[in-house]
Formats: sequence, C-alpha cells, structure tokens
Amino acid sequence: MPQTVILDVRRYRPEDETAPTWQRYEVPFRPEWMVLDALNHIKDHLDGTLSFRWSCRMGVCGSCGMMVNGEPALTCATYLENLLPGPVRVEPLRGFPVIRDLVGDLTDFLTKLQRVTPWIVREDGREGPEGEYLQTPDQLAAFRPYAMCINCMLCYAACPIYELEPAFLGPAAIALAQRYNLDSRDEGGDARMDELSQHDGIWACTFVGECSAVCPKHVDPAGAIQRAKLEAATAWVADLVLPRGAR
Amino acid sequence: MNPAYRRYHPRWHRERMPIFWWLRKAAYARFILRELTSVGVAYAVVLLVIQAHMLGLGPDAYARFVAWLRSPVVAGLHGALLLALLFHTLTWLHLAPRAMVVRLGGRRVPDTVVLAGHYAAWLGASAFVAWALLA
Repeated sequence: MPQTVILDVRRYRPEDETAPTWQRYEVPFRPEWMVLDALNHIKDHLDGTLSFRWSCRMGVCGSCGMMVNGEPALTCATYLENLLPGPVRVEPLRGFPVIRDLVGDLTDFLTKLQRVTPWIVREDGREGPEGEYLQTPDQLAAFRPYAMCINCMLCYAACPIYELEPAFLGPAAIALAQRYNLDSRDEGGDARMDELSQHDGIWACTFVGECSAVCPKHVDPAGAIQRAKLEAATAWVADLVLPRGAR
Repeated sequence: MNPAYRRYHPRWHRERMPIFWWLRKAAYARFILRELTSVGVAYAVVLLVIQAHMLGLGPDAYARFVAWLRSPVVAGLHGALLLALLFHTLTWLHLAPRAMVVRLGGRRVPDTVVLAGHYAAWLGASAFVAWALLA
C-alpha cells in the first residue's frame, strides 16, 4: 500500500483567475478513506482555501457529488483505494456553472424542480386528509424507487443532453415528477404531464441512459422518463381515437 | 442567487462542451452509434417501399431492381446496412423493458419476459416480410 496519494483538484478562484486551473495535493493514504476524507484533509491541513460542499458523509444528503476521474460520484461513497495508484482527478459536477473550486450553482435544478410540483396535489385543494391516505404495499411499491432520489445531481452531470440543452428539465426533476404521478394519493398527474410534455421536458431526452448508470440510489431516471413518454403517447392516441367518455 | 452575494462574486465559470464529447466514454459513443444507425432504419424502410412498388410494376421492373440489388457495390453497402440495423434493433429492443412496465394479475412482468415478447414480435414481423417477398 502506498503511503500517500496524489489528488489533482480543479480550482477556480473568480477573484484571481479568469479560468479554472489544476492544483496538485499529496495526501496520506488510508485504506478506509473516501475521496471526501482526502478533500477534508486538504481543507484542514494543507489548504484552507479549497471550497467544496459536503454534509452527512453517509450517502444521504447528496451534497458531495463531484466528478472523480471524469465520472460523477458521491465523494463520501468513493474509496480512495479503488482509485490507486492515482493521481485522482477531482472536478466540479459537469453541466453546472462553477461558483468556486468544486462548488456548482444548482439554482437551475431547484427552479425546474418546482415546475413539476414535487408534492402530493389533491383536486379538492386540501393540504392533508382528516385521517390518513391509506395505501397498499403494491401502491407504495409503484413509486418507492423514485422516492429514493437525494437530489445529488450526478444524473445531470452524466447527461450530455442537459449539457447541450440547458433548458432540458433533466433526469431527477422528471423522476421526481413520476414519483408523484405514480402515487395513488396524488391527483395532480394531468397538470404535471402538461409540464413534462413541453419541448424541454421528456421529449428532449434521447435515452442515453447514463443518468441511471451513475445514480447512487438506483432510482433509474432514464426509465422514469421513457415511462412518462409512453404514458404521454398513449394518452395522445387515446385522445385521438376514443370518444370523450371512454378515455 | 442572492444579489448581495453576487456583488462580491466576479463571475461564474461554465465549461464549453467539446464537439467530440461523445468520445468521453464508451456509453456515449454507443448512444451516438445507436442514433446514427436510425438513418439506416429510415433507408431500409424506403428501400422496402420501393421494392414493393417495383413488384407492383411487373416482372421486368422487379428483375431490374433485383439485378441492381445484386451488383457488388450495392450488395456490399447493404451488408454494412444490415450490421447497422442489427445494432440498432438489438440496442433498441434491450432498452424497451425500461420504458414498459407491464402488470399482470397485480404483479410486474419481469423485464426478460417483456424483452422476449419484443424478440417474438420482431421475428414474427421479419418472417411475414420474408414470406411476402419470397412466396
């Protein structure tokens, strides 16, 4: 086992630089360390000016997503040992404007997420039931995989369409829309499908499939988008051929 | 972004996407190949329509068409086209179960069964076209 490992980190200091540069750090190697531990070692002992986001260190908060050796990854769940002998390249998530160093501006996603009303919508307008909304295990299973999303943005960083067409609603927002569309308690599916069927919604996706490949929670956003396409197309055909009462 | 913060922040940096972005990883290259081979699918459809049209024009026209198909250059190009179509069809079929969630008797039908259904439909359609052209 090596004593140390090299990290090449993408730095961007807008007050001093017009473009990002690479900075090399040598950190101690510990077999139990994740990439995030190495970044925290840099921050604590080598260079306090390095900026990056992190919070829970256990793959739940979705804050520490970065490009590690060119692949989107949660740095709290990526062992340094698996990247030996190095150097390990750490960059901010692709597709988002960089504010500083490894910190991207995620405002675009947060705006898009609101567009798909990612909450339970009831036609009667009530915010909650008087008792409970009962649900069978099967009804829960229908949307549960999509509820696992932690908004870590790895899927956006893996999606070349989002990089080419920044207006694209994107994988996580659509997967979360489907999470509520498939929820038996929700009644906002029609309004949500109107939003998803816009030009920059589901039809902008060309099914590269990498969003699902990199998802740390196995959400399968690519599958969610294709299912939404199938539902939208089926509804369109039904509108076309069926009389109003039978749709 | 908070406007008060922006005052102290000179500029955001946005990476430009390189034109050869699809060479970054094998999955992107496979995706581009799948998209490009759809041109071959469109060509094959037009070719089939022309073939049916020639068949309708009578034996002489159809014989000329078949002779054109058998010329070495056309046959070679169509051999390459067949490989492209196979690549497109197989990759497309294997993606289909991701889009189709089929439920029977309250249970989700496994992806392998949905895939097998697609293969069966493909073989059935191919057999029908072969029967129509060769019978």
